[in-house]
Amino acid sequence: MTDAGVPPAEVLHVTGLHAFYGESHILHGIDFHVKAGEVVTLLGRNGSGRTTTLKAILGLVSRRTGSILINGREAIGLPSHLIARLGVGYCPEERGIFASLSAEENLTLLPKVGSHGMGLEEIYGMFPGLNERRKSPGTRLSGGEQQMLAMARVLRTGSSLLLLDEITEGLAPVIVQTLGRVVRRLRERGLTMILVEQNFRFAAPLADRHYLIERGRITDMIPKDELERRVPEIHGFLGV
Amino acid sequence: MLQALAGQLLVGLINGSFYALLSLGLAVIFGLLNVVNFAHGAQYMLGAFVAWIGLTYLGIGYWWALVLTPLVVGVLGMVFERLCLRRLQGLDPLYGLLLTFGVTLVLEGLFQNAFGISGNSYPVPSLLQGGTNLGFMFLPRYRAWVVVASVAVCLGSWLVIEKTRFGAYLRAGTENPPLLQAFGVNVPVMFTVTYGYGVALAAFAGVMAAPIYQVTPLMGSNVIMMVFAVVVIGGMGSILGSIVTGLGVGLIEGLTKFFYAPAADVVVFVVMALVLLLRPAGFFGRSR
Repeated sequence: MTDAGVPPAEVLHVTGLHAFYGESHILHGIDFHVKAGEVVTLLGRNGSGRTTTLKAILGLVSRRTGSILINGREAIGLPSHLIARLGVGYCPEERGIFASLSAEENLTLLPKVGSHGMGLEEIYGMFPGLNERRKSPGTRLSGGEQQMLAMARVLRTGSSLLLLDEITEGLAPVIVQTLGRVVRRLRERGLTMILVEQNFRFAAPLADRHYLIERGRITDMIPKDELERRVPEIHGFLGV
Repeated sequence: MLQALAGQLLVGLINGSFYALLSLGLAVIFGLLNVVNFAHGAQYMLGAFVAWIGLTYLGIGYWWALVLTPLVVGVLGMVFERLCLRRLQGLDPLYGLLLTFGVTLVLEGLFQNAFGISGNSYPVPSLLQGGTNLGFMFLPRYRAWVVVASVAVCLGSWLVIEKTRFGAYLRAGTENPPLLQAFGVNVPVMFTVTYGYGVALAAFAGVMAAPIYQVTPLMGSNVIMMVFAVVVIGGMGSILGSIVTGLGVGLIEGLTKFFYAPAADVVVFVVMALVLLLRPAGFFGRSR
């Protein structure tokens, strides 16, 4: 695989992605792409393969096949630390705050992977709560603070493609609103984002396109302008 | 009376220094790599032998040995990690334990074959010969040095782990290596460096032990059982815990020798059994 044939505006191009945890075959040929500056969601029921898709992009599954082009570079054979260095930032579903590190150590831990990372001041401006808790151990933070921290630390690295897994899960409405504002601001800065969201009401106004996943395959793609018309269909698909 | 007590406490403190150095390395390795490094005793023995061989055949003195031996043995450890231990990653930790146990048997066998079972003595460096009379006891200078140097190396390691960037990586990696790697940190290299460091600590302890104990192929087996007890009591993977427990266990051993000598060899294992019953994660450990 080479760079040829992929338009430069495409940040991510996934073709025929299969992924396995041990013997279990989770993804059965995922195909999708994300253009620079786009916000895209992966919608599906629990267990449909949304989280696994993000993990497979990062190499966090036991085996994967297919093709993952990140900014035109083939990443399927790369170890995960080199994938991150292609400019991929990750907010895991369980937030992944390190308990034995303080909030600020967590924030500054990740190596820079791009040149446009935010400075600490800008980050504390965006997430004022974190500044007050900078010395606290990571796990003493509330769920909302942990989620802010998980977002903030990938912003500091200068990643240009963010994989955000269920960032609103279990959080109070006011914090969900704050996160919505953050995602909008990041979008204005030109960051590319993939959201895995259970909360369709949160994701719908933020995203340019929605991919529907079922049993490890992409079954449909819904662009923004068709969204309103197809809401009932999506609700049926998600079982809400 | 007081003299005998002070004497036993000093012996306890010296043993404790070695336990602390060795259990620190074991704890760091287990914490990050999830490997129970059974070869730790053999690597300690290797340290003592490299120093002895250096002195006997190459004329390399104690102070150079103290610097060079941990480097040489540490690099051997890194090669071993890269070539062998790495292949067992992701498997049950039992496999790592079996592999390192096997390596221990091979190393001890090779050294017995080459150097025999009887001990070789290593002279105390001239700078540290003699001692000071403290009034209530005689303090040999070399033994005081062992305690001071071990405590300094342990505290230095602890500071590096708590205060530096590599230390932060190490702590984060101890919690979740795949996630840390997905954030862009080269975790496989960290594994190699950390294993090498743990092994270098064992070799450093071996060099320090050479002038006190006999340099024999089985010297590691004698101490490693005790060190595993220390790690269990302190808590697997806890850095400060293993240092404090190492010194504490040495002292308990010394005290028992004074009050009821026949129990000295078992007291640590009784403590270990009690800890396992009452606080299975160890005094300083977090259950995972």
